[in-house]
Amino acid sequence: MYIDPHVHMVSRTTDDYQRMALAGCVAITEPAFWAGYDRSTAQGFHDYFRMLTDFEPRRAAQFGIRHHTWLCINPKESEDVGLAREVLSIIPTFLECKTVLGIGEIGLNKNSRNEMTVLEEHIALALKHNLLILVHTPHLEDKLKGTHLIMDALRNQGADPGRVLIDHVEEHTVRAVLDRGFWAGMTLYPDTKCTPQRAADIFEMHGTDRLWINSAGDWGVSDPLAVPKCQDELRRRGHLLETIRKVSYDNPRTFLSQSGRFSAPDRA
Amino acid sequence: MGTPLTKQAVADLYFLEHRAKVLDLAAFLDRFDRASEPGADDFRVQALTAALGLVLDGQPERARRVLELWSDHSTQPIERAPMKGALGAMPLDARERR
Ligand SMILES: [Zn+2]
Repeated sequence: MYIDPHVHMVSRTTDDYQRMALAGCVAITEPAFWAGYDRSTAQGFHDYFRMLTDFEPRRAAQFGIRHHTWLCINPKESEDVGLAREVLSIIPTFLECKTVLGIGEIGLNKNSRNEMTVLEEHIALALKHNLLILVHTPHLEDKLKGTHLIMDALRNQGADPGRVLIDHVEEHTVRAVLDRGFWAGMTLYPDTKCTPQRAADIFEMHGTDRLWINSAGDWGVSDPLAVPKCQDELRRRGHLLETIRKVSYDNPRTFLSQSGRFSAPDRA
Repeated sequence: MGTPLTKQAVADLYFLEHRAKVLDLAAFLDRFDRASEPGADDFRVQALTAALGLVLDGQPERARRVLELWSDHSTQPIERAPMKGALGAMPLDARERR
């Protein structure tokens, strides 16, 4: 049994839902992200948010998977601050929806000034509505710098680190994120971010508190079954079943339940 | 929580996989050398070979240190995003400038 707390199902097929259910997935959370091209209007985001709050929960439910979501405009689309502000203005109308857990995945992409501005406005929106925050940290060479800029912005705006998950941590960022009191997510990707083996190494080196794993499956090279593969890696090394359950089910449930809106069946 | 495996077990589980990865890396560098434009270099390949020094230095936390070597260590936001993607390493001269 597992929860995949970061997966972009709008880019995946119904067959993926079926395979995830067979592998033990009982609940997922889907952050808003970049479509691979820039959406041209706020109306485009409105339609995307309808897909995240209406269509996907119904598609997931067919396979016994509870679907939840996070809303935002992705940092990759933050250079156009005007459009970003229009999108921010429509988010509150979707907060009524009982499967919206918070604001995400917000953060930085290339660590630019406009990205910082849009990040700060997202943080303010989350704090105003007392919402959880899911943070995307930049890719590859930009991750280290971006992770620190994001944590500073969150601290400066008074966000409670216990209500923020900083995602896509790797060996060079995990310690700082945990030491500052945030939750941390490891994304399991075939080529970039963490492999299931490196994620297992990071658990062995940094412990299992406030740390989870996700597939971040999307339209790129990614694997919607990455979480059960990491469970299998931990099992293969002889880790206890309770450890495996903690990182792939208990930890996400504990963090996400702070929203008051998360539900995952507790079944065998 | 530590690693429950013995050294022997780690080698049993992972040796062949990583043997193949070393061969892939060796073949990649051979391929790069055989490519046209003799003498030309690429900052990403330079970054890769620079990382091998850390891999072989016998000190702990190699993965963290390799990622740090490939990271942008500047601390201020840049004026404008020049592109959406990332390249995987910083040019050596940019690392020296910091
Ligand atoms: Zn994502």
